[in-house]
Amino acid sequence: MLRLFSLISVLLFLPQGAMAGQITVKGSDTMVRLCQRLAEEYMKSHKQTVIQVSGGGSSSGIAALINGATRVCASSRLLTDAETRTAATKGVKVHQVVVALDGIAIYLHKSNPIADLTLGQLRDIYTDRITNWKELGGPDRPIILYGRENNSGTYTYFQKQILGGEDYAERCEPLPGTAAVVHAVAHDVNGIGYGGIAWATTIRYAGIKVNDSAQTVLPNAANVSDRSYPISRELHFFLNGEPTGETKEFIDWVLSPAGEKVVVESGYVPVRAK
Amino acid sequence: MTPYQFKPKSRWREFLGEKFIAVNAFAALIAILLIFIFIFKEATPIFTNGEVQKEASLNKMTFKQQFQPDKPAKWSWQPNSDLPKYSLWPLFLGTIKAAIIAMLFAAPLAIGAAIYSAEFASRRMREIIKPVIELLAGIPSVVLGFFALIVLATFLQDVFGLTYRLNILNAGIALGLAIIPIIFTVAEDAMNSVPTSLRDAARALGANPWQVSFTMVLPAALPGIAAGVVLGFGRAIGETMIVLMASGNAAIVSASFIDSARTLSATIAAELAEVVFGSAHYNVLFFIGTVLFLFTFVINLGGELVLQRLKIRFQGKLT
Repeated sequence: MLRLFSLISVLLFLPQGAMAGQITVKGSDTMVRLCQRLAEEYMKSHKQTVIQVSGGGSSSGIAALINGATRVCASSRLLTDAETRTAATKGVKVHQVVVALDGIAIYLHKSNPIADLTLGQLRDIYTDRITNWKELGGPDRPIILYGRENNSGTYTYFQKQILGGEDYAERCEPLPGTAAVVHAVAHDVNGIGYGGIAWATTIRYAGIKVNDSAQTVLPNAANVSDRSYPISRELHFFLNGEPTGETKEFIDWVLSPAGEKVVVESGYVPVRAK
Repeated sequence: MTPYQFKPKSRWREFLGEKFIAVNAFAALIAILLIFIFIFKEATPIFTNGEVQKEASLNKMTFKQQFQPDKPAKWSWQPNSDLPKYSLWPLFLGTIKAAIIAMLFAAPLAIGAAIYSAEFASRRMREIIKPVIELLAGIPSVVLGFFALIVLATFLQDVFGLTYRLNILNAGIALGLAIIPIIFTVAEDAMNSVPTSLRDAARALGANPWQVSFTMVLPAALPGIAAGVVLGFGRAIGETMIVLMASGNAAIVSASFIDSARTLSATIAAELAEVVFGSAHYNVLFFIGTVLFLFTFVINLGGELVLQRLKIRFQGKLT
């Protein structure tokens, strides 16, 4: 509380960047929670540094980095060609650090006999082409779809990555958070949902195959960090040039075991394989 | 003996006092007006801005649209799609369905309880029933929503074997719990305020308690009961948290009452926090706010007109 108060007073009374030990992190809404936790933990052990975290989306974070409005940009995607060009013309040398990996698991009810799904089946399920579990070799029961609200980063990622930009089936029930999706699937024998990979106590994960002939891969930390699990993405920090001074200290800490602990606690997978 | 009780020199104080009270009275009116102007202002790009109209014109929000050449035209709410779709019809339908179920559930219970409490219950019984029902009004809607999400949904699915666990029936019943005290309180007060002289007259003619209640008191109190129902309906239309948590929020066009549904109010609550400021989506959400505002306004106005008529009919006076 005291730290929050001092942070607010710092923001109120000092011009941006006037204090030596201030790092700004701006960007991805998916990563806001992760960044906030990282900042909180870091500031506990590094009292001279103040880290200011804000969201706004990956695009606005990248724009802020290019305009010099933020020291660190948090982004759940890589730069587009246009952004790379703009950065080059403005003399910004974008330095990329992968801070964590985000795997999206497919949740099923514990009693569901389906072991694995292909990416194609997953797309057909969520776009209403497959509507009954028997089409996948399961019992003759309807498939009940659970998803996230359309303001969620996971919603957008899943739509782009799995549905190929198509619309979700209209009967897909949007829920406000991963915990709500897990709860819904845990209480619905016909349910299917998607979300982070650290929730397996009350539901079951579907194994994922890239196609019919591929091997089934389970969503766990090892498979996400060696990139064999197909529904995963890298979460990045972008900087202007190699990090130096306090920023370097912060980034090194994020990639250290202490930072990785926060990454795991936030439901993501650390970059280094365990 | 002085002709006046109050001295004329204090008139300016009275003048100021009166104006001060008048300002207070108009403050609420002005606040409502300003709120409406703000909401409507944020919605106007739908009518004036060509860029916004490409995505969300009145026509696109109202009528079926064909989005792909090989598929039939449909009403669709998919604001975060590659091709954003802003049909308000699924949301409007969801709102109406939730409110209808809430009314079907709450009105008989609340009116029945009001009749019992006002006419038949012993004084002691009444002093238990009335506060307990009115206590329901004190339950925060988020608690009712949570109850519906966790307990009621499972119960309804087990009992009726419903396909969707979170559905409009579940939300409507929880919504009904929220509006029971509104209808009950207004209806009960209306029945209690029927003049004793009417009851006495009926009793003098030999009517038993049942006849007094149903042929005398109930018709006389009908305007009040109608007012309670209208107020309850208005609340059911605008209530947000319960439907957000309990209805499943899927924007479907269907006549079924056991499908999931997305309401106008829940859409604003779920999407406004993350919407890009000034985008078509942002303007549409404010337009939904305007629609909700006008909708409840018309309902309340309609209710008021009905009330007037009933009053003239049963009490023979204009108030």
